[in-house]
Amino acid sequence: MSVENSDLLKTPLYSLHESLGGKMVPFAGYLMPVQYPLGVMGEHNHTREKAGLFDVSHMGQVVISGENADQWLETLVPGNIIDLKQNRIRYTMFTDDNGGILDDLMITRRENDIFMVVNAGCKAEDIAHMRATMPDHLELTELNDRALVALQGPLAAEVLARFTSGADEMDFMSYGEVEICGAKCFISRCGYTGEDGHEISILAANAEEVCNALLGEPEVEAIGLGARDSLRLEAGLCLYGHDITTKTSPIEGALQWSIGKRRREQGGFPGADKILGQLASGDIARKRVGILPAGRAPAREGTEILDAGDNVIGVITSGGFGPTFGAPIAMGYVDLKYSAAETPIFLQVRKKKLEAKVANMPFVAQNYYRKPK
Amino acid sequence: MTTYYSEDHEWINVESGVGTVGITDYAQNALGDIVFVEVPEVGDELAKGDEVAVVESVKAASEIYSPVTGEITAVNEDLEDNASLVNSSAGGDGWFFKISISDDSELEGLMDADGYKTFTAGLE
Repeated sequence: MSVENSDLLKTPLYSLHESLGGKMVPFAGYLMPVQYPLGVMGEHNHTREKAGLFDVSHMGQVVISGENADQWLETLVPGNIIDLKQNRIRYTMFTDDNGGILDDLMITRRENDIFMVVNAGCKAEDIAHMRATMPDHLELTELNDRALVALQGPLAAEVLARFTSGADEMDFMSYGEVEICGAKCFISRCGYTGEDGHEISILAANAEEVCNALLGEPEVEAIGLGARDSLRLEAGLCLYGHDITTKTSPIEGALQWSIGKRRREQGGFPGADKILGQLASGDIARKRVGILPAGRAPAREGTEILDAGDNVIGVITSGGFGPTFGAPIAMGYVDLKYSAAETPIFLQVRKKKLEAKVANMPFVAQNYYRKPK
Repeated sequence: MTTYYSEDHEWINVESGVGTVGITDYAQNALGDIVFVEVPEVGDELAKGDEVAVVESVKAASEIYSPVTGEITAVNEDLEDNASLVNSSAGGDGWFFKISISDDSELEGLMDADGYKTFTAGLE
């Protein structure tokens, strides 16, 4: 590892990770826990069965305030932000003029401003990208003084409601400002595991106390980045820099669901001509799909995808073992004509050509909260 | 019967010119939950240091290098359906392969149990 640990940043929860026995590794410029003594498999399964607490403080938390911030933001993202209701959250992405993806992010409309969460590895570029076109009357604030954690799993909302009543009745993809253990927190009913739960933004000074309180509940275990990766892969969710990049468009990335009707009609975001052209014609060279290897061998990122005649028809962008699925799973890009579910394909794993097939995602059913009507 | 250890965290148990090879308990613990082991094929000829097997945990793949030169005489078929044997019994039922040893002198460069214990203690 060329990066010296001393150059790496620490989140406000670093000492908590150490006291919990977290195995700390470099990730996106931060020292982060890849796993705790429970281990990746145990942590993954615990999150699917009960509730897991993840430190995602390395991600960027940004607030944009000022009049018509939503209109300006729509010049950078294909998501419908203008019509986003107060306290609602939307998944979208920064696109570039070639129709590639600069980052994917969550945008929340709050009472007086817009709150966003961006990827750790992109946050500096994202902020520079926004500042480059941001009108003078708007203000961009990076919330460096806040930690961000995710409490995820089928029992996560029930646990959180013990600290702030009503948390379990919030809609999926909605936002609220509450007190937990006396600390003011922003809570968002979303996450990146395919499970129900919340992301919780906490002032750094209060983060350890809040996390210790949550970890004190019998259903909750601390979960590292290893299980976060296997959980999101089973849920069919993209990892930026791997499954989506500047070389992939939102249409190739199978993210067209995130582009609302009005934006499809009006465009007005970087790369709109190309992206909306692909959307209208369906004319894309390749598409992101789920992949199921036939045997027990996982196929990792970078694995070439072949047809029966050994021609390269794609590449795996995320791959591993799905603990809940109980077998290897992957996602990657294949030439469009191979993208239908059940299409037989082959994977070049080291010296062996392994059988596989294209599969629908998610691999494990998403378990998001739906409010009773 | 003598057991030797490599700096790559393999053990080789030598009996009548044939070595049984696996990874150490230290290694399985560092790798975490093992989900797949790619073992060599019987008849494969290997030089010391050649890549001979791959261990896949949930999070990553790790190569295993042959501690000696020789020919593969058997592989552990049980790992195909139950790779977690490496976690539960790294030094026993979780063995990887057997290899006929071409050159006994290669064993001299390996460690004994005490030497390996000192070696891993230095890694902490």
